[in-house]
Amino acid sequence: MKILVCISHVPDTTSKINFVDDSSAFDKNGVQFIINPNDEFGLTRAIWLQQKQQAEVTAITVGEVSCEPTLRKCLAIGANRAFRIDIKPTDGFQVAQQLSAHCKKENYDLIIAGRESIDYNGGMVPGMISALMGYNFVTNCMGLEIQGNTAKAKREIDGGIESICCALPLVIGAQKGLVEEKDLIIPNMRGIMQARQKSLTVLPANESQVKSSISKFEKPAPKGEVKMVDANQIDHLIELLHNEAKVI
Amino acid sequence: MGILIYTESDNGKFKKSALELASYGRTIADQLGVELIAVSFNHKDSQTLGHYGVERVIQISDPSLENFTAKPYAANLAAVAEENDVKLLILSSSANAKYLAPLLAVSLSAGYASNVVELPEYIQPLTVKRSCFTNKAFSTCILENEVNIIGLSSNSYGIRENTKEIVAVDKSVTPRETNLVVENIEKSSGEVSIADADIVVSGGRGLKGPENWHLIEDLASTLGAATACSKPVSDMGWRPHSEHVGQTGKPVASNLYVAIGVSGAIQHLAGINSSKVKLVINNDPEAPFFKAADYGVVADAFEVVPQLIEKLKIFKNS
Ligand SMILES: Cc1cc2nc3c(=O)[nH]c(=O)nc-3n(C[C@H](O)[C@H](O)[C@H](O)COP(=O)(O)OP(=O)(O)OC[C@H]3O[C@@H](n4cnc5c(N)ncnc54)[C@H](O)[C@@H]3O)c2cc1C
Ligand SMILES: Nc1ncnc2c1ncn2[C@@H]1O[C@H](COP(=O)(O)O)[C@@H](O)[C@H]1O
Repeated sequence: MKILVCISHVPDTTSKINFVDDSSAFDKNGVQFIINPNDEFGLTRAIWLQQKQQAEVTAITVGEVSCEPTLRKCLAIGANRAFRIDIKPTDGFQVAQQLSAHCKKENYDLIIAGRESIDYNGGMVPGMISALMGYNFVTNCMGLEIQGNTAKAKREIDGGIESICCALPLVIGAQKGLVEEKDLIIPNMRGIMQARQKSLTVLPANESQVKSSISKFEKPAPKGEVKMVDANQIDHLIELLHNEAKVI
Repeated sequence: MGILIYTESDNGKFKKSALELASYGRTIADQLGVELIAVSFNHKDSQTLGHYGVERVIQISDPSLENFTAKPYAANLAAVAEENDVKLLILSSSANAKYLAPLLAVSLSAGYASNVVELPEYIQPLTVKRSCFTNKAFSTCILENEVNIIGLSSNSYGIRENTKEIVAVDKSVTPRETNLVVENIEKSSGEVSIADADIVVSGGRGLKGPENWHLIEDLASTLGAATACSKPVSDMGWRPHSEHVGQTGKPVASNLYVAIGVSGAIQHLAGINSSKVKLVINNDPEAPFFKAADYGVVADAFEVVPQLIEKLKIFKNS
């Protein structure tokens, strides 16, 4: 079984978000980058399939050279090899096209991406890869078992869980539940040493289109002062919620 | 040329998000002077949509569409869009809509912006504001394509009545081969889902243990609210994962978010930021959440929540 895990290189969840160049670009200054959390759940699931079902796991990112430490971390976690497609990601469609062009050459059985990235939050890439490849697709994927050519997946829906059965090849949008938080693999010394020997190959970009562009960023308007209500005045709180905020 | 909305229903009723899409679509349709068309699957109720500004509803009913599956639904929406020369499609932010939108975008070769939070700034070229960095920021996104898709963030526009004469048209299904089968759907019975809720009541580690969750549940049921929790609470198994909200959990965009015993870590706030009004109950006056709150009560949850429930019951009955 050949598995591809798509890795988005994103600012750490504790990062303060600021913009530069006339609010047209994200300010990377002092920001630590991590594997997108949903991708990390997916990568861990892939490593289990490698350990228990002899899968070969490839990590890939579409991005510039600054993404390489994130890919090295994927290798240290256990991926067999890594690719970087050398182009600046600008929108979800372009990234999906770049990844699909690679997938067409490699015939992966399973392509894992995150349900959503925490920076762009498009929720676009995995679905678009599946459509471009003509593969099956399960997003919000919180459970996955593979037997031969068949996948059993669980998808979180609004107010419940759906069980799905489908044939490979399959693209999933991974999220928590696929593995638990406590299962995430923290690279050890051995993993880090081995990662240095593994191949991280830079691939030239293919031709792709862009279907959207960002003209500017902004931060939410500063919030008004909080209104504190005394714990002995719950009636007053209810009145405020009813008459002032009009939410109950 | 027209604008197309995909209206979702549940238990024989349109979802609130369907009416919000109609209201939002109506406003853009008026700006452009074009028709607002809705598509509904296995559900016929044109009257309701007419109240919110839809002029034509295309109803597709077929046993193969009984359970939502993304590919067949996307194929049917694409067929309607193509037959009606639709240039703008508007979808909700439900789990199902977000599932099919990227498929639809590829099949129509359309641009797609998800998590859009307000009316387009410009129609030509289509310029929309969407949330990014998990609600820590917004971006202005330009879509210069023949066909575009907007995914509207829930509760961001609201529901506005605007009655139109509506025509209902039945359309036969566009068959789509699929070897993906939904074998089972497990509904968390009777509860309000976080995605659909007007009010969300959330508990954090301050509640000490799962045995105390009746406080959260009772308050939620008094308010007709969904229940949620912070990440450690679901990690420790006090509550199901489906309730974990925040940057790495579910986003919340309710009208009222009540946080009890939640400290207000940056990752938690990121996910609930787009809720309109936040009420925070915490026994620590220094809890960071108060800085992000609209209303705050410094109190022991175990004392104040039972009182709040009692008084709300009285208020509701009065
Ligand atoms: C990569 C990453 C991603 C994360 N993603 C998320 C996420 O998506 N969502 C999320 O929630 N967290 C997330 N976190 C975790 C986050 O950093 C915090 O640890 C978490 O939100 C804290 O949960 P809490 O507020 O329930 O608990 P605590 O921080 O322990 O806070 C408990 C609060 O309860 C109050 N309290 C105690 N007793 C009482 C009482 N009797 N009455 C009233 N109040 C009381 C305390 O004053 C305190 O403020 C993430 C962390 C990381 C590293
Ligand atoms: N530049 C990228 N390189 C590789 N994978 C990506 C990239 N951007 C997004 N992805 C994948 O697509 C998922 C969803 O991203 P998005 O569509 O941006 O929400 C991410 O979780 C990644 O798995």
